[in-house]
Amino acid sequence: MTTELLIWLIPLPPALAFFLIVLFTNKSKALSHTIAVGAAFLSWLGSMVVFFRAVGEEHFTAFASSIPWLPTGDTWFRIGVSIDPLGAAVLFFVAWTVLMIFLYSVGYHNFGQPKGDHDRAGLPPHGATVTDEHGHKHTVLSVEPMYSRFFAFIGLFAFGMYTLVVSDNLLTMFVGWEIMGLCSYLLIGFWYGKPSARAAAIKAFMTTRIGDVFMLLGIAFLYKATGTLTFSEIFTEETLHVLANTPAFFGLSAAGAIAILLFIGTVGKSAQWPLHVWLPDAMEGPTPVSAMIHAATMVSAGVYAVLRMFPLLTADFTGHGLTTAMSVVAFIGAFTALFSATIAVAQNDIKRVLAYSTISQLGFMIAALGIGAYIAAAFHLITHAFFKALLFLGSGSVIHGMEHGVLHTGNHHVDPQDMFNMGGLRKKMPITFWTFLIGGFALSGFPILTAGFWSKDEILADAFAHGHWAVFITLAVAAFLTAFYTMRQITLTFLGEPRTKEAEHAHETPWTMTTPLVILAVFAIGYGWVGIPEHFPVLGGILPNWFHEFVGGTLLEHPEAVEFSWIPLGTSLLVALGGLGLGWLVYRNVKSPAEDRLQIPALKNKWYFDEAYDFLFVKPAYWFAETFTYKWMDKGVIDGILHFFGKAAAWIGDTLRNYIDSILINDWIADKLSHQWTIHPAARAVRRVQTGRIQQYMLASIGVLFVVGVLVYYFFMA
Amino acid sequence: MDFFLEPLTLVTFFPLVGVLVLLLLPSGNKNLLRWTALITSLATFGISLWVLSLFNASNPDLQLAARYPWIAVAGWNIEYHLAVDGLSILLVLLTTFLTPISILSTWTAVEERVKDFMLFFTLLEVGMLGVFMAQDLFLFYIFWEFTLVPMYFLIGIWGGPRRIYAAIKFFLYTMAGSILMLLAILWLGIQQGSFSVPELIALGGIPADIQLWLFIAFAAAFAIKVPMWPLHSWLPDAHVEAPTAGSVILAGVLLKMGTYGFIRFNLPLFPEAAIQAAPWMALLAVIGIIYGAAVSYAQGDAKKLVAYSSVSHLGFVMLGLFAMNPQGIQGGILQMINHGLSTGALFLLVGMIYEQTHTRDLKVYGGLWKITPVFGTLMLIVALSSMGLPGLNGFVGEFTILLGAWGAGSGVLGSVLFAGFAAAGVIMAAVYILYMFQKMFLGPEGSIVEEVKKHGHALRDLNAREIITLVPLLVFIFWIGLYPQPFFNLIAPSVDKLVAILQAAMH
Repeated sequence: MTTELLIWLIPLPPALAFFLIVLFTNKSKALSHTIAVGAAFLSWLGSMVVFFRAVGEEHFTAFASSIPWLPTGDTWFRIGVSIDPLGAAVLFFVAWTVLMIFLYSVGYHNFGQPKGDHDRAGLPPHGATVTDEHGHKHTVLSVEPMYSRFFAFIGLFAFGMYTLVVSDNLLTMFVGWEIMGLCSYLLIGFWYGKPSARAAAIKAFMTTRIGDVFMLLGIAFLYKATGTLTFSEIFTEETLHVLANTPAFFGLSAAGAIAILLFIGTVGKSAQWPLHVWLPDAMEGPTPVSAMIHAATMVSAGVYAVLRMFPLLTADFTGHGLTTAMSVVAFIGAFTALFSATIAVAQNDIKRVLAYSTISQLGFMIAALGIGAYIAAAFHLITHAFFKALLFLGSGSVIHGMEHGVLHTGNHHVDPQDMFNMGGLRKKMPITFWTFLIGGFALSGFPILTAGFWSKDEILADAFAHGHWAVFITLAVAAFLTAFYTMRQITLTFLGEPRTKEAEHAHETPWTMTTPLVILAVFAIGYGWVGIPEHFPVLGGILPNWFHEFVGGTLLEHPEAVEFSWIPLGTSLLVALGGLGLGWLVYRNVKSPAEDRLQIPALKNKWYFDEAYDFLFVKPAYWFAETFTYKWMDKGVIDGILHFFGKAAAWIGDTLRNYIDSILINDWIADKLSHQWTIHPAARAVRRVQTGRIQQYMLASIGVLFVVGVLVYYFFMA
Repeated sequence: MDFFLEPLTLVTFFPLVGVLVLLLLPSGNKNLLRWTALITSLATFGISLWVLSLFNASNPDLQLAARYPWIAVAGWNIEYHLAVDGLSILLVLLTTFLTPISILSTWTAVEERVKDFMLFFTLLEVGMLGVFMAQDLFLFYIFWEFTLVPMYFLIGIWGGPRRIYAAIKFFLYTMAGSILMLLAILWLGIQQGSFSVPELIALGGIPADIQLWLFIAFAAAFAIKVPMWPLHSWLPDAHVEAPTAGSVILAGVLLKMGTYGFIRFNLPLFPEAAIQAAPWMALLAVIGIIYGAAVSYAQGDAKKLVAYSSVSHLGFVMLGLFAMNPQGIQGGILQMINHGLSTGALFLLVGMIYEQTHTRDLKVYGGLWKITPVFGTLMLIVALSSMGLPGLNGFVGEFTILLGAWGAGSGVLGSVLFAGFAAAGVIMAAVYILYMFQKMFLGPEGSIVEEVKKHGHALRDLNAREIITLVPLLVFIFWIGLYPQPFFNLIAPSVDKLVAILQAAMH
């Protein structure tokens, strides 16, 4: 099979799985997950073949093919697929994480467990009572009631992501982008029986869609300016030159303006401030969905989009001083990185901490792109995807173990997601613990060993080397906080002694859940080694900096590696180790939230952004829709004017009838002539269908027509 | 006989055969009446496919003309002239496509006076087809007014509790606009000496100031029909009171007569005036987009919500048309079709549940997805199509229109802000559509579920007939969404020709 054909085929299996499950196999759980996991495997296989063919080629540029799709004016809009080095690298991590998440979902949704006693579609399973051979009753985990539907939805989700990655143009990329938006809505609201899940689903969809609409405008602008949406045609030197030298608005060049509009789409999708509010709530969905959203698909797609549009973002960048567009991107990224790290410090829900850490890490990538550190951003995107998928699946495993304990004790008031209810889980769940530790250390940038260190260090080194001090310092502080809250999380969850009975009875999860953890842990360590800078002390040069060489080939001009300096490396080491150490020191003896001195209201309440948005946007929007437009404008003004006309016409009609018609015509003519004959019965018949007023309206209309006719004749014809 | 075998004459008047048969049938045998109407409309659809096969997509001009002198008195040359081109072929097909679907939807919904219902419905089809094909202003006007009468009775007899108010509002509103158009038609006939649309376009030469008056007179009729803000307030009343089939045809076809009128008459007949008016029309269109979406959200009645969403969607169409470039107009025409499919399907779905529950109050619904999974899934697909999700038809239309509006920003519309605000409408569409979906299908079970059980039968999922009614619409929702090329192929050449006329007027 040619590589190009293979690329066309990569997104299809999950989409096919979606339709097969929805239409035919939704009654059979085993068949449904076999189809879904099988489809994910086929896409994975295709992706690996494409990836290794790409890596195997010398001076690889791209595999591409396209067909005509939509006529726009006098030209054809072509759509197609293309895998360039960046695409191949992204495809690699997407394929792995998606496959792992699919496999994990089988265990997570309790396949093979009995049906719940009171479980209902739209709510998480509550457990089932079983009787063992000795006649003892136990409560065990029960299977998800909408098991098949879940696999259908994540299939569609994967299809959206694969479509986005293989697209050679903005339009189909946007199609994949929106399909993911839809799937996030369906999956965050998967347990739609919970009001919080419904609210989170709507919030996610609406917030990201605000970004999407700006992106759509950016696409329209780009199309207007260049006449194409195909990447390879936009990213040519001439086109970029023209765009960079066309003024647009707010002092931006066309390239900058388009880049900003497209970037707003990313702000929504990758949950950057100020559109970050949806992501923490998105954990209302089942945990594999969180992993999908936080690692394999959605938020990574946002960063991928900026990576794709990087030539546009930097089109008028001369190398000295950031352009306006780049400054905006750098500011948003750096600010988000720090801002959400502060919130993560005060969260007690194991998934919520991770959610804010995702926002923060995405901020790192965005900030890197803003200062032009293309390779570093791409590198961090991929390492982050691996370790964040690992962490989310790990947290799901923890929650699962805790739920086991909750069912055992029967105390349903214990929140299995609250870290203060945990403690000591390292002995109960060893595989989960060790893999989570690896993931957490990677997130913190634990030196040398973990992938997160290499990618985060590269961002800091780049910021330092090009003198972006504000970005450098902000990110360094954020990295410190990251290490700190990660260690807080690990300490509270796994170390020490169990703080509740439920934690004592926690249980390691089945192999379908732990296998993905182990595989992802391998990448959370090993993927860093493909991007070790050449001039790194001792280690540099032992392994080639493959990542830089390979992904750098995506750009027209191969970016130069930054020179080595001890300052950023020292900072990296200091913040990672310092944060981890401090986190352990502070939290090793903390037993309850009351003892946690960082439970500051402003942080716990996420700097009150939800409240502020509700006051500033949501409530006024409802008022605008319900009160202003509907009650005042539509029912009041518009129908009011109409009814006024109606009444006026009726009045004219009545007047005519009462003073002219009835006196002149009825009394004088009609009555005298026709009363005895047929008009009355006929009129009664007519009146049943018509209300009587219609003639008056007609009369008035004809009157108006007459007046208008006279005026028109007078002005134009005479 | 040859006269009746002209393809366009045949397709337009074939429903009259059904009318004759219906008149002869006894009014007691309801199923026979239904089958007669259905077969008639299916045959009409078949004939329209034959018309399509004869249609040459690469020819931008009017085709398959059936043209005969008709009334020639006092120097007036009124012709019987039917023809189609790329501007109208899809609308003709939409009409013949939606009519059998609508009839199928009435199978159990209409039990009273079935004979009269089918008669009016079949007559309505004649009128609509005539509107989209007439190339003589006088003939057009006759068809245009002719569609009013059956619709008036469909709402007034088979409608909901406030049907009389709605029917009269619909009738008078449309009449008021048409009368101005009639004046303008008469002026054209007298001053220019012809009622023939292609001849009038070729003739041109109407002074700019008079063009503006004529433009306004025609626009009054069409803007009410579309309906454009602020002339829309008849629409929600008419939709809410109309029977389901009436709503489908009203939203699917009758509203398109308004937008079609702009393309067929206002733009090519009065190009200078149209260019002058474009920013204003676009402004009204954008207000309509936002306003319609906002008001939709405020509705507690499912049907009213869908009805107001039409105001928003048709705002998109109008924005595309008055961008006056190929993308805008092509997108506008395709969006007319899309709206017919999506909103038609939405009305059908709301009607199907209404048949079981006899209420459209969103408050009493909830959690239906569990009980009626097929219904929920189809509703979701149609809702997504309506809010313009990529991969489904609505997106293709909206995107093409946005491209057009953005492109026109530097020219006729003067500002890309139109595109910007229209895009805001895309967000709002998601709000109200998801709001409806959420209220009906997600969340805890609504009180209606118990209410229906009290009457001795549980809520059921869609039956085979209902699914058959919806499947054809879904096929096109996906087809246009995934591969719109064949549809654009039909539209493009005629649009290019129209744009050439407009561009000539710009210089």
